Order: sequence, then C-alpha cells, then structure tokens
Amino acid sequence: MNASPASRRRSTSLLLPFAGLAGALVLFLAFFYFFGGWSLSEPVDLTLCNGDEPQSLDPAIVTGQLEGRICLALFQGLTTRNAKGDIIPGIAESWEITPDGLTYTFHLRPDAKWSNGDPLTADDFLNSWERVLNPHTTSEYSYQLFYLVNGEAYGTGKITDFSQVGVKVPDAHTLVVTLNHPTAYFLELASLQTLCPVHLPTVKKFGNAWTKPGNIVSNGPYVLKEWRLNDYIMVESNPNYWGKVPIHRIKVLPTNNATACFNLFYSGKTDLVIDKSSIPPQLVPDLKGESYFHANPFGATMFVRYNVKRKPFDDPRVRKALALALKKDDIVQKITRAGEPVANNLVPPGSVGYTPPQGLRYNPELARQLLADAGYPGGKGFPDMNLLYPICVTGEKVATEMQALWRRELGITSIHLRGQEWKVYLNTQQLIDFDLEISSWVGDYNDPQTFLDMFVTDGGNNETGWGNPEYDQMLKTSEGTPDPAQRMQILQNMEKMLVEDEVPIVPVYFWVGMSLYHPEKLGGFEPNIVDDHRWNEFYIPEKKP
Amino acid sequence: MSTIILRRLLQAIPVLFIVVSLTFLLVRMAPGNPFSTEKKIAPEILAELENQYDLHGSIRHQYEQYLWKLVHGNMGISIRYLNRSVNEIIEQSLPVSMVLGSVAYLLALTSGIAMGGWAAIRHNEWGDRGIMLFALLGISIPSFVLAPLAVMIVALEWNLLPAYGWGSLDQIILPAICLAIPFAAAIARLTRGSLLEVLKLDFVRTARAKGLSEDKVLFRHALKVAILPLIGYSGPAAAGILTGSIVIETLFGIPGIGRFFVNSALNRDPFMTSGVVLVFSSFLILFNLLADILYFVVDRRVKLE
Repeated sequence: MNASPASRRRSTSLLLPFAGLAGALVLFLAFFYFFGGWSLSEPVDLTLCNGDEPQSLDPAIVTGQLEGRICLALFQGLTTRNAKGDIIPGIAESWEITPDGLTYTFHLRPDAKWSNGDPLTADDFLNSWERVLNPHTTSEYSYQLFYLVNGEAYGTGKITDFSQVGVKVPDAHTLVVTLNHPTAYFLELASLQTLCPVHLPTVKKFGNAWTKPGNIVSNGPYVLKEWRLNDYIMVESNPNYWGKVPIHRIKVLPTNNATACFNLFYSGKTDLVIDKSSIPPQLVPDLKGESYFHANPFGATMFVRYNVKRKPFDDPRVRKALALALKKDDIVQKITRAGEPVANNLVPPGSVGYTPPQGLRYNPELARQLLADAGYPGGKGFPDMNLLYPICVTGEKVATEMQALWRRELGITSIHLRGQEWKVYLNTQQLIDFDLEISSWVGDYNDPQTFLDMFVTDGGNNETGWGNPEYDQMLKTSEGTPDPAQRMQILQNMEKMLVEDEVPIVPVYFWVGMSLYHPEKLGGFEPNIVDDHRWNEFYIPEKKP
Repeated sequence: MSTIILRRLLQAIPVLFIVVSLTFLLVRMAPGNPFSTEKKIAPEILAELENQYDLHGSIRHQYEQYLWKLVHGNMGISIRYLNRSVNEIIEQSLPVSMVLGSVAYLLALTSGIAMGGWAAIRHNEWGDRGIMLFALLGISIPSFVLAPLAVMIVALEWNLLPAYGWGSLDQIILPAICLAIPFAAAIARLTRGSLLEVLKLDFVRTARAKGLSEDKVLFRHALKVAILPLIGYSGPAAAGILTGSIVIETLFGIPGIGRFFVNSALNRDPFMTSGVVLVFSSFLILFNLLADILYFVVDRRVKLE
C-alpha cells in the first residue's frame, strides 16, 4: 500500500536545486580561477595597511600622506629621513650652505642609479623640478619650489625661461640651488616627494600611464611590481638602490575601512596599520593598553575657524569668549580619546627652538564677562549661528560637544550644527560661506611657518576673512631673518597675535599619530613628529632564543 | 522574436542617453568641486586641471564634450584615480563584482527556491515557520549589520574563513553568502507564496488524481508555474547583485565596481559616476529583457509586446 497521505505529500527531493547549485558553483569557481585575476601569492615579507587607494603614484602630483608614503618608497630626493624623522643625506651625499642661507650646493652620490640602471645625475633633478613647476603638469604642491629664485614666476607662468630659476647644474653630480630668502627648512622640503626626481624619458614615453608597473622607473629603495586597483600594491627592493633595504617584498593594502583594517591586523593578516584613520575611533580607548598599539605626537592641529566678516564674530570679544569657554579637556577625554594633547596654540609641539605662546586657557568667568561686554549677557540675543563640520564619526561628535559646551558655559542656545559631506564642506570653506567651522591642518614640514603663513591677509588657506598688515609684515621680516633664534621670536609674536589677541581661530587639540604593529615582529618604526616612516628603515627583529 | 529583441535593444539607447545625461549634469551641478582639497589649489593649476579634463566653460559645453567622447567609447579619465581611465577601471573591477555576484546569485536562487518550496510543502508547520522567520530576518537585517557580524563570528571568533581580501577561493565564500542572504530571503518568500497558490489549482489535483508521484507533481507541474513571479523579480535582482555592493566590497576588501557607485558621487567625479551608472543601467535593461524572454519561453500565454 501507499504511505499515508500526509507523508506522501511531503517531497524530500527538493535537493535537486542544491545539486544544481553545487555544479554551478564549481563551474564559476573554475571560471574565476582562470579569468578572475587569480594570482598565486608569492611570499610577502611585510604586509601593511596604508589607508586608501592612492590617487596617483606620480611624486609631482600627489599631495596626500598615504600617496606620499608609497612615493617615498619608490623615489628619493636629495635628502631623506631616518627612523627618528631626522634629515639625513639621500641622493645628495653632502651639501654646503652659504652663510647668508641663500645658496645650497648639493653633491650627488656618484653611484646613484635609476632602477633600470641609468645613472642618476643632477640634470634629472633640474628637469624634474622644471616639470613640477610647469603649470601643465598640474602639480598642486608646486609651491614647494616657490622658495627658489623665480620659482613662483615660472610656476605661475609669468616667465617661461627656466634658466632664470634658481637651480643650476655645474657638473653631472652637483646641483646648486639659490633661494629667495633664507629658508631654514629647505633640507626638509628636499626630502618631500614633490622634489624627488622622476625619470623623464619614461614620463615622455608613457604619458599618463608612466607610473604603471612595467613602465615605471624609479630611484628609491623600492620598485613597483604590481598595482591592482583597490586590491593591493606590491613593491620589491630596488637592486640598483645605493643603500641597504632590509625588507625585500612589501604588500600594501589600500583598505579604507577602519573596521576591516583592524580585523586584518587582529587576524594576523597584516603586520602594520599605519594610518590613524585606519583604526576605529571607538576601539581606541580599549586598544590603548595593548602592546601593539602605538600613539605618537604628530604635527597637526584641529581648530575652529570664525568667519570674522560676519556678526557677531567681527567682534574679537565674542571670538575670545567662545575660545575661553571651550573646555577642551572634555573633547579629548570624552570624544577623541587617543591621548590628544589639548591645544591652546596652533603650532604643534616639537619644532626645534620654538616656544609657542600661552594662548587662551579655559576660563568661563572671563568668557561670560567678555560676552556680556559684547552685548550678549548670558548668551541673550546671540544671533542664530551655524557650526559647520565635515560629516565623519569624529567631526559630528566634536561639533555636538562644542555646541553643548557653549550652551552650558555661556548660555548660547542659538548655535546650530551644519554637517556637510567632505567635498561640499571643502567648497563651503573655500568660499568662506560659514559662520564658524571645525577644521584641521597638517604641517608640510616641521617648522612653525607651515602653520602661521596660512593666515596672511587673503592667503589661499586663510579662509576666515581675517587679516592684519602687521601680521603680514612680521612674516616678511621673519623670512629675511637668517638668525634662527630671532626668526623664531618673530614667529612667536605672530602666533600670539593669532591665538591670544585677535583670535580668528581657536585651537582645540593636537592630533596624535596612531599605528598598530607588534614590536617583536617589526623594527625601525619609530614615533616621530612628522609621522614620516621610510620603509627602508623597517627591519624584522632577530627572534630571541 | 529576434526583431522584437532588436527593437527592445534599440529602445535602450535613448533610455541610456537620458540616464547618463541626467547623471553627468546632476554631478556637475551639485555643490562641491571634484578638484577641491584641504589646501587651496593655485588658480593657474585649477584652470589647467579643468582644461585637461574638459571641465571648463559652460556646463553645456562640458556636457557636449563628454557626450562626444562617450560616442567614441571613451568614458573619460577618473579624477579620483588620476592615472586611470574610467574604461580601464570598469574593465578591472566589473569582472570581480560579476564573479562574486554570480556566485551569490546562484546561491540566492537555488537556496531561495529550495527554502520556499520546502516551506510551501510544510505549510504552517515548524519548518515553514522557521524558514519564514529566517526570510523575515534576511530581508530586514541590512548588510552593514549582517556582514560585520559574520566577520566577527566566522572569521575572527571561529577563524574559519578569511575576513578580508580577494584572490583565493576561501575569500569568496563569506562575502558571497552575505551578499546572497537578502536575495535568498526574498526569493524564498516569493516561491512559497506562489507555490501555495499553485498547489491549490485544478491541474495539480488532476495530476495527483492521475497517480503521479508527488515529486513529479511538484517539479514537473507545480514549480514550473509557481516560478513565474520569480522571473520578474530575478531580472532586476541580477543587475543589482552582479554590479556589486558598496558595503560588502568595502568591508571585505573586494576590488569590485560596487564601491564606485557611492564614492565617485561623493568625490564629485562626473566621468566615473556616469560610467558606473551607465554600466548599471545597461545591466538593468539587459536583464529585464532576458526576464521577458524567459517569461515568453516558460509561459506560452505571454506574448512579447
């Protein structure tokens, strides 16, 4: 007899689709194996998370830190940095500076070569610098060469004869550079990617595609082997490099998701997480005790910009009141939580010979007094103001906390939050179409000038509407002052005007650089203020018996 | 039938033209500049950049320049990835998304139909309830919750599968499952509902009365009819799943095309945005056409046009 109706109506052969699935999967995996960009992984000596997919690897073009890191592994300028961040000889083995600080004579290493074996000569530097300054190259960092005599004139197209620019080649291994005024940090600039030489025959031959693996010729410790978009970049030590490169093959992951980066590190799939943006901010308090978590001071400042063209921020008393009422400890302890030092001035600590001004410390009584003097006692009558911030995890939280602090300390209830996505925020900032905003500045080199020259009247990165002829004059004077101590004194006076007297900005905290690595597995990664870690300084420590 | 297909493909051209035009114009008119960075760019450099990218002059002029390039099969140069053309980026990243998407799609389709069929047969029993609960969760839990949970448990706690990367077989499994789950859940619900309706119909009763085995009733007769609503769903679903997902690709580090849909718009990169929108719309049109053809093949009552 048949089985009972109930069980008869239950088919168990629904396995058929599963069989189909298995077959199809095998088929597709086979397809993937043959066509899907499969690469049998070669042994890698070091894997690191670098933050995001680089925009470009052309040293003349890139401006970002993450691109800079790769470029400085592939290319090397006249000078370079050691693990501590100090300037040491690079392609130039020595140099002389005239007593007026205006002329630098660099002596290039006679054994310096390109990765294809071509000799590297002073002409390569001269031609590469011409390329950087040439507006057709669209180098956004070309101003790093404006310190050269006539550099700016050539870079902005005012003159077209490059022989008038202050760089000369007396012989194949000597480069003479003439500057507009004594520039204490020129040797630092010479280590940046913008001033690195590029192999011009390669650039001419391949045009836009010259940085691709197979095309690229470089002169740094590493050469580019593979570059798969959003997947990985593989570099190998350059056999033609003049120095030693302890780690042979490095795989660079362009991971832009902090959680994914942390997962990779936690599961042992990456040895080093470099970028601070690659560490989930919410995990930082828990990570702080771990032996693999490393934080170091870093030359960047987070600050508030006022639009001094708008009421009530045209009144320095109001600007000062808001600055004095900001309890910055709350922000670094409650929100950022990576051990950021509170900033009362703009220039981050660590510039040699520079003593920053005191700045405005938290003082709510004085703040309330100033606000009352300006006509808003207890925050009454304070107009509606928008606090602009870029939409990101930290930006939103910091803005909210500031809004709360100003309400609590000053009774101002009319400051509203205005978040904008990154590109829109940048646009609003450049048009100075905000009341007050949260922003940050990362120094290009370790000198107060990289922070202070932003705020010259109508400067491209001023973006507050503020200006003071006295400030502009002081900057000019400082540039013509060869004595470092005297120059630092002038810069200190400038900063005092900026953060104590006129206050178009309120410094909030200094960034810290963060990285993840096991010290017993990776050496040569030392904290330094410029957060510049050259990969040829890395080594794998000997295992202790 | 081939004339009808040809006509449908020709009709796609004006549709794609409108889509790509709207995308380009919207990106160009949105506030924010593709070239803006934290540091102000010198005006000479900005002018040269706009010149090199053909983004100078009036929007109409820029649009005409873009269309002219597009007609010649050139989708422009990416502004975010400076040394790469949009064509090259799509050539590199689309196959990756399609491989992952195909695996996920097959997974979703087969497991979805199996679960739906199972649930329909065990209507109102525990099996049915269990599957329907799974389907409800699968549809309602967003991938940005599901994927990190899967990574945390499967990859980090149990150490079964890699949490990240692309290039080896084991790296495809977790993202494919995460990508497939919402689609599988939707397919399971659709199949169950449709099969329940069909099993009540006369021809099923006739088949049973003729003494056919339950397997034959189900596979040869009922499922063939019950699958019809699925065809309508799976066309657009295929277009969506094959062009990747930003969440899955970002979290699992998959070098696919999915992440460009959002990132290129945020970067205000008009060429990249228009390029990926063009790809997605072509897929959508193509798979809808395929679904219609499939309808026609499976169900003789349907006429194309």
